[in-house]
Amino acid sequence: MSLRLTSQTAVERTLGLVVLVLLAFGPLIFNDYWVNSILTQALLFGIAAASLIFLSAYGGMISLGQTALMGIAGYIIGNMVTERLPGGESKGLALGWDPTLSLVLAILITTGIGLLLGAVAARSSGIYFLMLTLTYAVIAFYFFGQVTQFGGFSPIAGINQYTPGWVGDILGHPDKLYYIALGTSLAVFAVMRYVVRTPFGISLQGVRDDPVRMSSLGFNVPFHRTLAFGFAAFVASLAGILYVWWDGQVAPGNVGLGTTIELLVMCVIGGLRRVEGAWLGAFAFIVINNYVRNVELPLLGGSFNTIIGLIFLFIVLVSPDGLMGMWSRASKLLEGTGSRRAVETQAAGRGA
Amino acid sequence: MADYALQAARVGLGSARTQPGRFALRALVAGMVLFALLWILVIAEPFPESGLPTWRTTTYGSAVDNPGGFLRILLDAVTFGGLLFIVASGFSLIFGLMRVVNMAHGSFYLLGGYIAYEIQQEMTGQGFFIPGTDVSTWEWVAPLLVAAGSIAVTGLLIQQFLLRWTQGQDLRQALITIAISVVIADQVIAHFPRHVPSGAVQFGGNAVSLTWPGWTDRLVDLHVAGVQYSLARLFMLALGVAMGIVLWLWLHRTRTGMVIRAGVDDRQMTSALGVNIQKTFAIAFVVGSALAAFGAVVGTSQGNVASGQDGQWLLNSLVVVIVGGMGSLGGAALGSLLYALVFTFSAVYLPTTGDNCCTQYSIVLTFALLALVLAFRPQGLFGRVG
Repeated sequence: MSLRLTSQTAVERTLGLVVLVLLAFGPLIFNDYWVNSILTQALLFGIAAASLIFLSAYGGMISLGQTALMGIAGYIIGNMVTERLPGGESKGLALGWDPTLSLVLAILITTGIGLLLGAVAARSSGIYFLMLTLTYAVIAFYFFGQVTQFGGFSPIAGINQYTPGWVGDILGHPDKLYYIALGTSLAVFAVMRYVVRTPFGISLQGVRDDPVRMSSLGFNVPFHRTLAFGFAAFVASLAGILYVWWDGQVAPGNVGLGTTIELLVMCVIGGLRRVEGAWLGAFAFIVINNYVRNVELPLLGGSFNTIIGLIFLFIVLVSPDGLMGMWSRASKLLEGTGSRRAVETQAAGRGA
Repeated sequence: MADYALQAARVGLGSARTQPGRFALRALVAGMVLFALLWILVIAEPFPESGLPTWRTTTYGSAVDNPGGFLRILLDAVTFGGLLFIVASGFSLIFGLMRVVNMAHGSFYLLGGYIAYEIQQEMTGQGFFIPGTDVSTWEWVAPLLVAAGSIAVTGLLIQQFLLRWTQGQDLRQALITIAISVVIADQVIAHFPRHVPSGAVQFGGNAVSLTWPGWTDRLVDLHVAGVQYSLARLFMLALGVAMGIVLWLWLHRTRTGMVIRAGVDDRQMTSALGVNIQKTFAIAFVVGSALAAFGAVVGTSQGNVASGQDGQWLLNSLVVVIVGGMGSLGGAALGSLLYALVFTFSAVYLPTTGDNCCTQYSIVLTFALLALVLAFRPQGLFGRVG
């Protein structure tokens, strides 16, 4: 557990700094399409992916319910802020409430629902947890599709017209949304780094490693899992709100199995062990998504989804901990040539 | 791993939840179930002939008012349970023995349904809508055999090439099968259905349906409350029950079944006793996959198959085995029945308010069922701990 900077962390910090500087001047460097579509989308999905990876890396729980929570936040905002148009048929409750109030309520309610869902799932772990949270996702999909008061199968649209005053007009100034997504991403990353160092974070990692020992030491295992799930729900709600601001609409498709799997693919591409992987995976997925759209595979045919499925399969088979895992192993290999530093790196890597 | 966690969680809960709290929870649940039963039996009211619907208004009214409607819904539920059991027992078998959560089970269902449809279209040559009377038993059984066979082979290939060498890494295996389900879902849209009505545009993943054999295409008079009921649906239930009996006999009366049960209990010990557990795994995967296709043929004959149903059938299988308990045949049967009852009854007996004609709350009650069972028995009704 030495605090010495190994060359892996040094390289990572330098790279991180370079990426940050590039992102800070994003709108000056990249064209509008890249900033508004690819980067903003990657940042906001990165936040959702981070909530999944946080649970996986520090709680040992792979949750497929994060898109459901994103969707719940989006639906709450959509139902609260939109107004019933004169004459027109509008979807959802169309309460026309104050956007700031709706924003706070959406975060609070989603976190509350997350705590509740977490409490139901807290006594299961591993593969059971994955199955249970998958049923959350599918149930949320049918819930929003079938309960027509909240929207029904067609989307609630035009949500991005109703942003709070302190956010301003994001339709006319998409760069604003980009910087909000960037700021939120950084905040989420920092808070996660902080949470895992708190007593709660340490005992959560204890629960991940050995629930039996932790509970015989007097820790309430389900309570820790529930709290972690609630925290992840809070993060997912932020992603959900950014998503409806970005896309302007929310539909059951945003909560469905397809989206759930897409988020999981992002996390697996990035790597389920480190939170940084979330944004890396989201970025890689969205770039592939944008540039492989019209490629057709020989023999198999099919669309982009076949390619994504095969890439996903390849990564799971070759490197279960994704790009971050590949990077860790590559840097260990490079450093480990004939020196004892590899051992130190391993130790430090575990500590980091 | 998971079982230790369960035990650990129990230890943790023991101190957190006191006895009175537990009693209150039980009383609450019992009250809710009682209310649901009372609702169906007497409280619900049929749609009024004049005036506005009230909070008690449902499609059929209470069982006392309309015993025929009640019986029909009950039969709908039980027969749907038969279909659920066929699909979910395959999922449960694979999970129980190999600890593989086959996330592609719904995709197997989807693919199986489309394959059977193409075979039946090819055999009858009728084109898209086939009148029931034109289908012989063989023209229904042959698609079933081909579909079950193809899916069994698909399952075997996946198990041998992708899952065999990742054994013991259950999360990784779940991810592998998710990847497969993504590919299959997309491939189905790209290549099916191949037979379309003449003049229509071929549109990937469109809904198609199989046709039951001609002799099932009639109503049976049950001589109770004047109910006439579809023979095809009763046939569906019979298939489910028959499949249950066959599986039970296979698992309890044959050597392979004995090995499978031993493997469910203790994989390493069974293997150490000189049993070729790899062969058993392959057999279980073949049977489990074939059951998905079998269920698909039955489900596609009764309703239809369309792109997107893979998710629905994955959910169905998951709910059944989470409620019933993983890897237990009895659990799959009970889980199917409970889920089918909740699903079917809540679709009909929940209040239908006037201006929201299309709202379906059955999914909310499905979730309630899941949460209730997990709150009391995290391992499912028939699941074992340790």
